[in-house]
Amino acid sequence: MLNVEGNFPEYAVPGAVQHRFEPYADNGGSVVAIAGDDYAVIGADTRLSTGYSIYTREQKKLFQLGARTVLGATGCWCDTLTLTRLLTARLQMYQHEHNKPMSTPAVAQMLSTMMYYKRFFPYYVSNVLAGLDAEGKGCVYSYDPIGHCERSNYRAGGSAGAQLQPLLDNQIGLKNMQNVEKVPFPKEKALALIKDVFISAAERDIYTGDSIYMLIITADGIQEEKFELRKD
Amino acid sequence: MATVLAPEIPAPGFSFENCQRNAFLAQKGFPAPRATKTGTTIVGIIYADGVILGADTRATEGPVVSDKNCEKIHYLAANMYCCGAGTAADTEMTTQSVASQLELQRLHLGRAIPVATASTILQRTLFRYQGHIGAALVLGGVDRTGPHIYCIYPHGSVDKLPYATMGSGSLAAMAVFEAGWKANMSEEEGKKLVRDAIAAGIFNDLGSGSNVDICVIPTTGPAKYLRTYEEANVKGKKQGNYRYPIGTTAVLRQRVIPLEVESVTVTPTQPMEVEPSSSRR
Amino acid sequence: MSILAYNGGAVVAMKGKDCVAIATDKRFGIQAQTVSTNFPKVYQMSPTLYVGLPGLATDTQTVFQRLKFRMNLYELKENRTMTPKTFSAMLSNLLYERRFGPYFVEPVIAGLDPITEKPYVCNMDLIGCPNEPEDFVVSGTCSEQLYGMCEALWEPNLGPDDLFETISQALVNAADRDAISGWGAVVYIIEKDKITEKHVKTRMD
Repeated sequence: MLNVEGNFPEYAVPGAVQHRFEPYADNGGSVVAIAGDDYAVIGADTRLSTGYSIYTREQKKLFQLGARTVLGATGCWCDTLTLTRLLTARLQMYQHEHNKPMSTPAVAQMLSTMMYYKRFFPYYVSNVLAGLDAEGKGCVYSYDPIGHCERSNYRAGGSAGAQLQPLLDNQIGLKNMQNVEKVPFPKEKALALIKDVFISAAERDIYTGDSIYMLIITADGIQEEKFELRKD
Repeated sequence: MATVLAPEIPAPGFSFENCQRNAFLAQKGFPAPRATKTGTTIVGIIYADGVILGADTRATEGPVVSDKNCEKIHYLAANMYCCGAGTAADTEMTTQSVASQLELQRLHLGRAIPVATASTILQRTLFRYQGHIGAALVLGGVDRTGPHIYCIYPHGSVDKLPYATMGSGSLAAMAVFEAGWKANMSEEEGKKLVRDAIAAGIFNDLGSGSNVDICVIPTTGPAKYLRTYEEANVKGKKQGNYRYPIGTTAVLRQRVIPLEVESVTVTPTQPMEVEPSSSRR
Repeated sequence: MSILAYNGGAVVAMKGKDCVAIATDKRFGIQAQTVSTNFPKVYQMSPTLYVGLPGLATDTQTVFQRLKFRMNLYELKENRTMTPKTFSAMLSNLLYERRFGPYFVEPVIAGLDPITEKPYVCNMDLIGCPNEPEDFVVSGTCSEQLYGMCEALWEPNLGPDDLFETISQALVNAADRDAISGWGAVVYIIEKDKITEKHVKTRMD
């Protein structure tokens, strides 16, 4: 039944409420990553929120894990922080043991293992990893909260993931279109597309907005870019 | 007696014919879905010469915005308007029904209806449904006793205040009022304060958003409904072009149904003669 | 799981320049099992008025029949066709009457006003709260995906041919990211002198 409690928690009658520890929070946010032949771009919005309120409008959700590797993470922010902290520690140990930085596919595999290690009390994080692989080609890896990992060329994740993904399928994957030829997707178009999908998501998802922080990964290094979104 | 030609007139009011089925479905693990809510910041203040109401324009279904520019200030009568928060359909329908009752009463009595009457009708309606009609309202209006702002809660309780806020952005808006409201403000000061309060809700509360709507009801002269008083947020400018060349979508088969364009002669209907609503006092 | 997602399905409608379009998928399923691939959820109510009723299929059909009945009575009594605005008021009242025991449908209305020929689109929640925007409306199990597509693809003043491409791409790509929508699609382009019904080729999985 449509009851007051369900429809209008602000004015619900206080009664018997079962209290229990909630280990997870949803802090919102979305990530999009696109990989090309010689580049990868990843962008995330900068709003950190809970329920109906905003914690901050300028929280970067991208973590640079190596010279050619960036992780975008949204969901429960405390889990994100813990996970990335452990990740950087593991990467440092790898560097010291092998005297070389970890490649992006190797980071991807390690992340999957670390997530699955917490199979029965998972990190509540939506991860998208972008970078260049050993051949210098762009790559994007996406995960579920318990460590399933998939490589692809484009991926959207986070609170507006469902809204962002179909447009990427259409514009990059060229799905459901006739008379189009598959040409490599240029970097400039990828940047414009990320901005456009975030403009759409900011319109309809209340947890996405304020601005986008983007990192462009090429063989020459990592560049950053910022783009303003609506603030309501 | 009911026949095929003259079917029985259905009983007015709510119909409960689906309740048993829906309860059964809920028991089977299919709970009833959520209706659209207006996350909402709504406010009302009294100023030197009447009342000012304000509202944002976002309606949400969970975390998704279902309407970017909805009207939350509802007409009740020429001398009163009502802001609605809560379940969108409830605020819409309740105010419509009350507006109709008020107009009938005005025609019956031949004079403007006091704001207290509207408040009482709303209060009784909501109390009768024990909070199941999820409407939280800010009623504002003027009558011969002066300007009034009422806060009406879903269970039917009422507050009479000089300045009021409601909805999920009510705290953000009330913070602005507590800091800035004073008695006997001018219209411009009042509009500025209401705008600031709504803007506080729009930017700091995720359930509120888009534009600021304002309605000024002075004790002298007609109400001014300032729809989209300020466009607080505009959609970003698209970088790319997403127009497809014609023939991009594969079509399996198609059918064209031609329509006869009828020439229609329209006889303008005579408006029913009623007392003009402007003579309200 | 929500009862609105029991059978699956999606409807979208968009305004264009002197035209409107409404599109629906064709799947009918029982949860994850596809039962039929020829079950459009859009019905013609009058020459230039269409309604889409995605949601629980039994209510889709019941609400359609009740609407048709009420509309026939209106046309007999008034001897004129119903305007889209009147139609949505009627539907809104029909749904709100069952406020405490609703039909599980979230309707989409698209049409041209028979007198002014102005485009009109509207959608409602399951208890009849109307929303009449200037651009597009979406409903159904992949509404989030549709919002994302439509926000990016829609632009003002699209002609009938462009509008067809835009609405089809929006629906088909959105439905591909939803497991319980798709399996074919129908698009209706409503203009003042004709209606074009196009069956679009989609993935069938």
